Amino acid sequence: MTARIGVVTFPGSLDDGDAARAVRIAGAEPVRLWHGDPQLHGVDAVVLPGGFSYGDYLRCGAIARFAPVMETIVDAARGGLPVLGICNGFQILCEAHLLPGALTRNQHLHFRNRDQILRIEAVGTAWTNAFQPGQEVLIPVKNGEGCYVADPATLDRLEAEGRVVARYLGGNPNGSQRDIAAITNEAGNVVGIMPHPEHAVEALTGPSLDGLGFFTSVLKHLVGAPA
Amino acid sequence: MTTHPDPALRETPGALPADPAEPRTAAVVQQAGPADDWTPGVDTVPRAAGTPDELQPYAELGLRDDEYERIRHILDRRPTQSELAMYSIMWSEHCSYKSSKVHLRQFGEKAPPSDRLLAGIGENAGVVQVSDELAVTFKVESHNHPSFVEPYQGAATGVGGIVRDILAMGARPVAVMDPLRFGAADHPDTARVLPGVVAGVGGYGNCLGLPNIGGEVVFDPCYQGNPLVNALCLGVLPVDRLQKKEAAGPGNVVVLMGAKTGRDGIGGVSVLASATFDEGSEQRRPSVQVGDPFTEKLLIEACLELYDAELVVGIQDLGGAGLTCALTETAAAAGTGMRVWLERVPLREPSMEPHEILASESQERMLLVVAPDKLDAVLKTAEKWGVLATAIGEVTPPAPDGQPGRLLITWRDQVVVDVPPGSLVDDGPVYARPMREPADLILLQADRAETLPRPSNPEALRETVLRMIASPNLADKTWVTEQYDRYVLGNTVLAQPEDSGVIRIDERTGLGVALSVDGNGRYARLDPYHGTKLALAEAYRNVAVTGAKPIAVTNCLNFGSPEDPGVMWQFAEAVRGLADGCLELGIPVTGGNVSFYNQTNAAAIHPTPVVGVLGVLDNVADRVPMGFVPRAGGDHDQLFLLGETHVELSGSEWAWVTHEHLGGIPPQVDLGRERQLAELLAAAARVGHLSSAHDLSDGGLAQSLVESCLRRGVGARVAVPEHFAGGSMPFVFLFSESAGRALVSVPRGHEKAFTALCAEHGVPWEFIGVTDPASGALEVHDQFRIGLDELRAAHTATLPRLFGDAAAVSAAEATGDAPAEAADAAVAPDAAVEAAVPPVSEPVAADEPETATDAAPADAAAADAPAEAGSAAADAPAEAAAAAPASDAPGVPTDGPEAASGPAQAGPAGSATAADDPDEQAPAADQR
Repeated sequence: MTARIGVVTFPGSLDDGDAARAVRIAGAEPVRLWHGDPQLHGVDAVVLPGGFSYGDYLRCGAIARFAPVMETIVDAARGGLPVLGICNGFQILCEAHLLPGALTRNQHLHFRNRDQILRIEAVGTAWTNAFQPGQEVLIPVKNGEGCYVADPATLDRLEAEGRVVARYLGGNPNGSQRDIAAITNEAGNVVGIMPHPEHAVEALTGPSLDGLGFFTSVLKHLVGAPA
Repeated sequence: MTTHPDPALRETPGALPADPAEPRTAAVVQQAGPADDWTPGVDTVPRAAGTPDELQPYAELGLRDDEYERIRHILDRRPTQSELAMYSIMWSEHCSYKSSKVHLRQFGEKAPPSDRLLAGIGENAGVVQVSDELAVTFKVESHNHPSFVEPYQGAATGVGGIVRDILAMGARPVAVMDPLRFGAADHPDTARVLPGVVAGVGGYGNCLGLPNIGGEVVFDPCYQGNPLVNALCLGVLPVDRLQKKEAAGPGNVVVLMGAKTGRDGIGGVSVLASATFDEGSEQRRPSVQVGDPFTEKLLIEACLELYDAELVVGIQDLGGAGLTCALTETAAAAGTGMRVWLERVPLREPSMEPHEILASESQERMLLVVAPDKLDAVLKTAEKWGVLATAIGEVTPPAPDGQPGRLLITWRDQVVVDVPPGSLVDDGPVYARPMREPADLILLQADRAETLPRPSNPEALRETVLRMIASPNLADKTWVTEQYDRYVLGNTVLAQPEDSGVIRIDERTGLGVALSVDGNGRYARLDPYHGTKLALAEAYRNVAVTGAKPIAVTNCLNFGSPEDPGVMWQFAEAVRGLADGCLELGIPVTGGNVSFYNQTNAAAIHPTPVVGVLGVLDNVADRVPMGFVPRAGGDHDQLFLLGETHVELSGSEWAWVTHEHLGGIPPQVDLGRERQLAELLAAAARVGHLSSAHDLSDGGLAQSLVESCLRRGVGARVAVPEHFAGGSMPFVFLFSESAGRALVSVPRGHEKAFTALCAEHGVPWEFIGVTDPASGALEVHDQFRIGLDELRAAHTATLPRLFGDAAAVSAAEATGDAPAEAADAAVAPDAAVEAAVPPVSEPVAADEPETATDAAPADAAAADAPAEAGSAAADAPAEAAAAAPASDAPGVPTDGPEAASGPAQAGPAGSATAADDPDEQAPAADQR
């Protein structure tokens, strides 16, 4: 049976269509979820896509975090539902306290879009189990506020617990502390990533197919996971 | 005079034409004026009729005496304050095209027949059918003046405005491009304007979720006080979703949807776009609008949902001239009248007066015409997306005698406007302004660049290459383009620095479009007629090299003051050149924009026609990129130069960079040849003869070679053909800017078939060398060898040096190891080009990053990482021959697969003299 993966649309979400396409290419069925509807419609996993939810005129993700659908997602995530937050989705996960730390203005103060090499460091999560430890992947990054920050104790804990999912290689595009590009929660079902795996799923439109691994990972995870 | 404690909510008495549905507002707050909102002395129609002699500030609003008299004649009384504001805006150059109209007619008169055109000039944007089900719409517009006054908001709202034009046609906007022109790169004010403009373009477009797929960044002192910020948007629609702007159907409700109306942008059109800058410019900041891309994003989604549910009868965006333009154009288009209750317009500032509401250029607003029974559904959709929508009026019937209806606007029960809408839209003044060839043109044209001293030995040539690729106009533009999102929507197949942006518009079939915008103010200055044809030819060629078939043209004509006969002559010549050119190429102009008054005091910009060409690719998988392709196992592609190279240096980038020279006549343009070249490229792309194809234009062959090498880090070896041997002829081979040329690489085994195809299409070709993935260098036999690292360092350092090296900041902050950044430069194909390499000096960049290299995808930059930059240099000689692919492959560049070259004539075609006048440029107005 095909896995059903929800993709949330907030007002101002931009990469929701791309995330849905990536889900489809990975072999699952994308289900569009609406910010104002608290129902998850029985999806097996959720993607919070990139964009500028509510314009992000306040702190990025600070308003989206209070959307009705997020209340349900936060509860479900605590119960083990796989959730992937990409870019703005990562920011929302931090604002919702599903992940520690915060994403602040790029250190150089510019929006930056480039093809970025990442090293996958945690392959035990719901979203990265298809990768090899230490595997290097090429995935577009594009953000204005992607500088990951947390207090030293939190950073140390993330490192110690193996919760740094991916790091920037070959140049840190936004000044993130310890080159962190992606992290996970303690259970490994919630992952936040600043670069955009959904933009690296087709040879024609992406710099690689490396992004597909995030979406096939969750399918693997769902097969193995107890329903 | 009466005071209304809460006027906005008052019932409108029935004395006037029927009150349509109750004023209703979806979402957000209902507008309620505060109690002190009473406006004393509103100038009403009865008052105007009773005070015919009252003095009015028409001159200050930009109206001439005769224009004002004409308004009085039309109304048979003096206009009210609101009416005067409306006429001044609608009859401004920006809205009325009063100076350009007589010339622009040629676009229609000379248009080649096309059965693809679903909407053409006169609509918000031209619409071209590209398959049985799909059509695309595209248009380029200027936002020059606002961007000089306030770079960020000026540029941002430029993007917002063109996006709404596209949206109004029923299309989903899917991509943007931005041709930008600034003053000298090292001028202090450029450091203010450029970063602001780029951040504004990115800030708005990124937040809207539209990929930015190309454009231009050009520097020239002539744009110092008049930067050109043009914005292009592409949209896609099902053929049957095309929207109209007609306010048809008396009784239908007029709905204003989107942002609230504020005082921003009041007078923007008449005060800014149609006036020349002077010392008072800084006081005009309140005339620049402020953008809110989030609201625009919601507006897009709401409109598309309305279209799909077939809920709107007509729609028009609000841009320059705001509500005035939207109300009059929709009514005039339908021949109907309209009744508007102005106090129902949701205001950001309750103290606004009627004429301000009518003139406001607040962004992110659309005007809808809706059948009464669909109103609830429309308001509901708006509410779903959190967008304000308010019924502000209704469509009224034409007069019983068949005459068009009137636009009647009340403000708290008082009639403030009563005009025939067509008089504002169609009956504006039209001027055949005096024209005269600038007196200095003859002298300017006589001062040919072909007579300048040229490099004539290998060392000088090597130095020239490095200097040229680092010059601001030819340098890598990553500093700009990486501030734009090029990935969003997931359909970007090619984006800058490629010759064209390519967007997939149908995932099922792979159908896509290619788009390029180009202009060359120097060429146009030297010869506006041919200079415009050259711009057209370049955009056309840029589309063609991707393998796409060019089908339609848009344009943005940036000129100085039309009141200067020299400028007017340039304009007329440019329009004639574009119309003639399109006829020769067989592709129609579908729309465009005119920007006049790009002028500071007496100095105008170079005439700068910017031309956009759109092409179709049946399957985007067939697109041909510009970069040489890495091959495993020492395999090579063969390089062919298509077209003929003449001694054409006048107006060239080289003449400007090395001699600060502008004179002579620009390269010859033969559109018949361009067409043959385009057909050849499309045919060759279809059958897989092309690994890469790159247009030759500014900077000539040298620039194209460097760009094709650096794109994916693949070196090349080139030999100068015999007929370019000796003296400065190798320089001419590398830097001439002759039109109609392209550099292609052809995979082994395809060369015979390819050259046969060239012959079949009558396109001259010349075999000039091979790609050399292993060498890590660009070598021109007997001339020079430059490592890709050195090329990259020179090419990429310029903009970061001028505008701030952001990469250095982040690298320094990052905890990672220092060389990280250098690695970045050497590695990933795209990333490489983009990384801002640290200043120069340290030859850093390329050598170290082993790690990075293998991390890169297969084809990454393996080639340029190697390192031997210096060492390899020496043994070059033998290599040209040795490297040539075995068997039937040509030994040395001079002769091609079979013999030598096709047509090959190198004769100096350059020509001589004439002159032209130097300065004219100024801000613009829009055509439509």
